[in-house]
Amino acid sequence: MADISTELSGIKLDNPIIPASGTFGFGAEFKNLYDINILGSFSFKGTTKEPRFGNPTPRIAECREGMINSVGLANPGIDKVISEELPALREIFRKPIIANISGFSVDEYKYCCERINKEEQVEIIEVNISCPNVHAGGMAFGTSPDAAAEVTAAVKSVTDKPVYMKLSPNVTSITDIAKACEAAGADGISLINTLLGMRIDIRRGRPVIANKMGGFSGPAIFPVAVRMVYQVYDAVNIPIIGMGGVSTAEDVIEMMMAGASAVEIGAQNLVDPYVCPKIIERLPVLCEELGIKKLSNIIGKAHG
Amino acid sequence: MEDIIKKQIDQELTIVSNEQIADKVFKMRLKGDTSLLTAPGQFINIKLTGFYLRRPISVSDYDGEGLTIIYKVVGNGTDLLSTMKSGEKLMCLMGLGNGFDTKACGNHVLLVGGGVGTPPMYGLAKELLKQGKRVSVVLGFNSVTDVFYDHEFAALKQEIPGSDIEVRVSTVDGSFGTKGFVTDCLTGLEDITDYCACGPMPMLKALYKYYDGKKTGQLSFEERMGCGFGACVGCSISTNSGFKKVCKDGPVFSSEDVLL
Repeated sequence: MADISTELSGIKLDNPIIPASGTFGFGAEFKNLYDINILGSFSFKGTTKEPRFGNPTPRIAECREGMINSVGLANPGIDKVISEELPALREIFRKPIIANISGFSVDEYKYCCERINKEEQVEIIEVNISCPNVHAGGMAFGTSPDAAAEVTAAVKSVTDKPVYMKLSPNVTSITDIAKACEAAGADGISLINTLLGMRIDIRRGRPVIANKMGGFSGPAIFPVAVRMVYQVYDAVNIPIIGMGGVSTAEDVIEMMMAGASAVEIGAQNLVDPYVCPKIIERLPVLCEELGIKKLSNIIGKAHG
Repeated sequence: MEDIIKKQIDQELTIVSNEQIADKVFKMRLKGDTSLLTAPGQFINIKLTGFYLRRPISVSDYDGEGLTIIYKVVGNGTDLLSTMKSGEKLMCLMGLGNGFDTKACGNHVLLVGGGVGTPPMYGLAKELLKQGKRVSVVLGFNSVTDVFYDHEFAALKQEIPGSDIEVRVSTVDGSFGTKGFVTDCLTGLEDITDYCACGPMPMLKALYKYYDGKKTGQLSFEERMGCGFGACVGCSISTNSGFKKVCKDGPVFSSEDVLL
């Protein structure tokens, strides 16, 4: 059987499959469906300093081969995540956890990362500077190289865990942002977050989503994600977690050939709750078919 | 794969029948494993070819052989569903949501269904009658062409021996039953112990205000959903006990818990 293990900043993962933040909660919805310990890791629901209801509903819209969400970082807040969610998660999940952290100011990012730094099972901090659904902060930090670098440096100063900056595709030059993060000390890059999108209900003549716009995800955005991972792989020398529309084992291989060391699965978890175990089961078989003996050998292969 | 699956909620159901019963309203009987359904008022989430998100549809009734859904054509997905034929298969996430707590109901329950909020009340009525409880049903529709299931509710009187059920219907335009809204049909029902309702938000609000805390009820909410099983947090509402997910913590909430 092919070796499908991989590595992120020295942390060994049994396989590259990581449910993406915001599509897997804190694991509770999936733990009764399958043994989530088969996952490589998982990135928990984007967490902020204060608890958040998020945006008004409706905040979901369907698209061809995808969906728009404007959930807006609904989460219990860092205190409750540390006191309730993580202890519960420890009971059901033995693998490394990726903590996804969001904020509305540099200080808030710093505060949350400092708090989460003390959590042993958290092995990577994924810093979301790309949420399109919040007006202040969020994506604003991910659309300017200087602001991205400022957040990176600030969180690096308060944690000794690897920091992966999660980037927005809604930018003119993804490589400039990635390079700024790397220069400011980022240990890795996660990309892509959702694309800013919108749907209008033609029967009512009004936007489907209460907040008008939201983040577009799903298989439709996969080619954009592959392109951006490919570009960033050329631009930086730190590992990449690739994501954006990944739905099959074939997509995982493609994303890794573009330059991803591991791959997050997002929207597909919502329409097929068993997609991660299906991919994990299929990967070794697909590797055999493609003549791949060690999956990590194909990282960046498409660059020649 | 089999060894790591703890619970398979994505199940294949076979269409037995699919017929129109009112304006844009269809009744579909599906055959398959219903063991994950545990209470009236739960829903299933249906995968349709060519559509990314599934379609959450409430279960009207179920037994050991299969289940019945009643749905309205409101867009392209439900339009496709309405064209599907007997023998065709559907992949469905089964047994979603909490459903109504029939044990918590008193001995004379008012069931209120508004439009396509009516279907889950049918299975609920059956269950309450089987428990020996008295049931008064009020159904609200816009017009006579929208009316469905009034006869089916009334027929439960014969189907379940010794059952006590009464059915009233209102239409907004007065073309059938009482002219007006469900709240115009409640005279003489002062002795109900509690109520259960499913329908549009204005109806739930009107009912909630009508009883003004003097009677408690169970309200089934509708919200645009992403996943239907609690993962995406797309369908949240605020309640007296914090933020709740309509799909997982609901869709049925206590009138004492909701903020209307």
